[in-house]
Amino acid sequence: MRSPTSTTAKPTPNHTMHRRAFLAASATAAAATAILVSGGAILCPREAWGYETKALAPDTMRSLIRVSRDIYPHDRLADRFYAVAMKAQDEKAAADPALKELYESGMAKLDRLAKAKHEAPYAEVGWEADRVRLLHEIEADPFFQTVRGGLVTGIYNNQEVWPLFGYEGESAAKGGYIDRGFNDIEWL
Amino acid sequence: MVAKFDLNDDSVVVIVGSGAGGGTLGTQLALKGIKTVILEAGGRHNMEDFQNDEWASFAQISWLDPRTTSGSWRVSRDFPGLPAWIVKAVGGSTVHWAGAALRFQPHEFKTRTAYGDVAGANLLDWPITLEELEPWYAKAEDRMGVTRTNGIPGLPGNNNFKVLKAGADKMGYTECHTGNMAINSEPRDGRGSCQQIGFCFQGCKSGAKWSTLIAEIPKGEETGKLEVRANAQVLKIEHDAKGKVTGVVYADKDGAIQRQKARIVAVAGNSIESPRLLLNSASSMFPDGLANSSGQVGRNYMRHMTGSVYGVFEKPVRMYRGTTMAGIIRDEAKNKPDRGFVGGYEMETLSLGLPFMAAFLDPGAWGREFTSALDGYDHMAGMWLVGEDMPQESNRITLHADKKDKYGMPVPNVHFDDHPNDVAMRQHAYRQGMALYESVGATRSFPTPPYPSTHNLGTNRMSEKARDGVVNKWGQTHDVANLFVSDGSQFTTGGAENPTLTIVALALRQADYIAGQMAKNAI
Repeated sequence: MRSPTSTTAKPTPNHTMHRRAFLAASATAAAATAILVSGGAILCPREAWGYETKALAPDTMRSLIRVSRDIYPHDRLADRFYAVAMKAQDEKAAADPALKELYESGMAKLDRLAKAKHEAPYAEVGWEADRVRLLHEIEADPFFQTVRGGLVTGIYNNQEVWPLFGYEGESAAKGGYIDRGFNDIEWL
Repeated sequence: MVAKFDLNDDSVVVIVGSGAGGGTLGTQLALKGIKTVILEAGGRHNMEDFQNDEWASFAQISWLDPRTTSGSWRVSRDFPGLPAWIVKAVGGSTVHWAGAALRFQPHEFKTRTAYGDVAGANLLDWPITLEELEPWYAKAEDRMGVTRTNGIPGLPGNNNFKVLKAGADKMGYTECHTGNMAINSEPRDGRGSCQQIGFCFQGCKSGAKWSTLIAEIPKGEETGKLEVRANAQVLKIEHDAKGKVTGVVYADKDGAIQRQKARIVAVAGNSIESPRLLLNSASSMFPDGLANSSGQVGRNYMRHMTGSVYGVFEKPVRMYRGTTMAGIIRDEAKNKPDRGFVGGYEMETLSLGLPFMAAFLDPGAWGREFTSALDGYDHMAGMWLVGEDMPQESNRITLHADKKDKYGMPVPNVHFDDHPNDVAMRQHAYRQGMALYESVGATRSFPTPPYPSTHNLGTNRMSEKARDGVVNKWGQTHDVANLFVSDGSQFTTGGAENPTLTIVALALRQADYIAGQMAKNAI
């Protein structure tokens, strides 16, 4: 298992799925979620990564990754991209007790709402539409706005994500697009 | 030989700001042999240091000093501390401008006459006409190397332009081309031609785009008459007992307070900082701020009617490849009041990278409506809609009552409410933009709300009568003969066009006037 990202700000290379990890993940695939809690860490056998949290309870971290996907759902993005985005917020919380409390109490409130309505904590509520309805109930809260705001850069400014959206990023070092298809559209 | 002038040299012209107005004026004065000091609040970057990375570049060159906002405009909700997306660096916002260099239309210099009495709008005719400015527009176009002028060919159209053009044809628009751009389509003036890099907003890394940083200031410095001091934030303009300005107080790169004496001061800090500086220079003689006997300093803040439309298509477009503003439709720029509003708007291609698209597509939005739009990122074409907004006295820059920046200078508050004419124009522009993309097969199209203001105008406006505005037809303040305004804050009204060419034309004209007045010892 490896961290979902390196410790530097630079993006990491793609993590290859090892066959053994894949088989191990398959054994637990019946679980409600692909992310497991183990000690002080969360584990994603399916994607072969793990992450030891810095500030947040692992349960909170796991739930926040579910929240992240529900806020910005992209079915083509693996969980690790949401984990990377939340990892940045966990690291911020490690240096800011008030922020840590905001995440912990915010997630606790969301779990209470989920249990009251669906008899399950947020991350275990089965249908996205039900979870999204819960999020709408708290979307004005600083908790929700902080998580959402962090995701805008946490997800979309991750250079590893860009190719999945067809965005090519830096171009000057490659000579721009003058000879690389700036006007190659053919379907018009 | 780069000049170095003494702080006590009271024969220099001091210019506050190095963008389209200040950078051009300073260079032109130096070329005329006039000793000039430009004080620039930001740092100096080489073009090689610019970054093809939206957020990294944003942190590198943007004006991020604290500002506050108020009013009902959506920017105040989405970006309460960032009313404007402009640059703090040598070259000012010419570093990140897209390069569209358009002349005003004749009626845009006389909107009070052309539009009549629009309720709630503080319309006023400019004290100059298009005919008076035409020779200066011609000089500016030649100097900046504007395409489709002076025999310079247009830029080649990129994918985003091709979609726009196909839609323009379907819509029956007749004025659609790759623009009048201050971006070299062939080598000129010691600079190469456009490499279709994209990232025009992040500072051109090839030098094809005109900016005062690379195309003006170095020429001024070569004369030995121009000194540019970077990281020098002007805090106050001082004056003598006769009411003539004597110099400026500024914080230097180390934060130390300095006093540069001057024969003439020209303010060119863009339409938020320029009135902020005049207001902060209040004294017992000028209790409401310098050059503010009319009470108009900071008022009539305009930001252009803006908005964007993106269309998503079945097949890829890759709009981000090549020049950001790759083409224009001008048919809607005319004044046709039967559309339900006065004035007009330009339709110009625009693209954002994925990080900024996520931040600006619909700030605050989330869920599948939002993310499914982003899923179509590489199938998107985009356009920016930019039109004339109504000047309103209540839209204004004021000094915050208690918030101060790191030098103790009150931060500016930017108050803005859309005028009903702005709203009607935006709705029309959204409809036309969406219809255009749908006409060429967009499966989905959506309007995007205004970004933080890039075209900040009007807060020290030009007027024939001293009671109506802050400066005369030369940008000279009505109240203080040796104090000038040299940026877009002089604009009496905003026009529909991107303002840079007009700012440069006014600066070149003002340089002639200042040199003439100095020669006559009038100032």
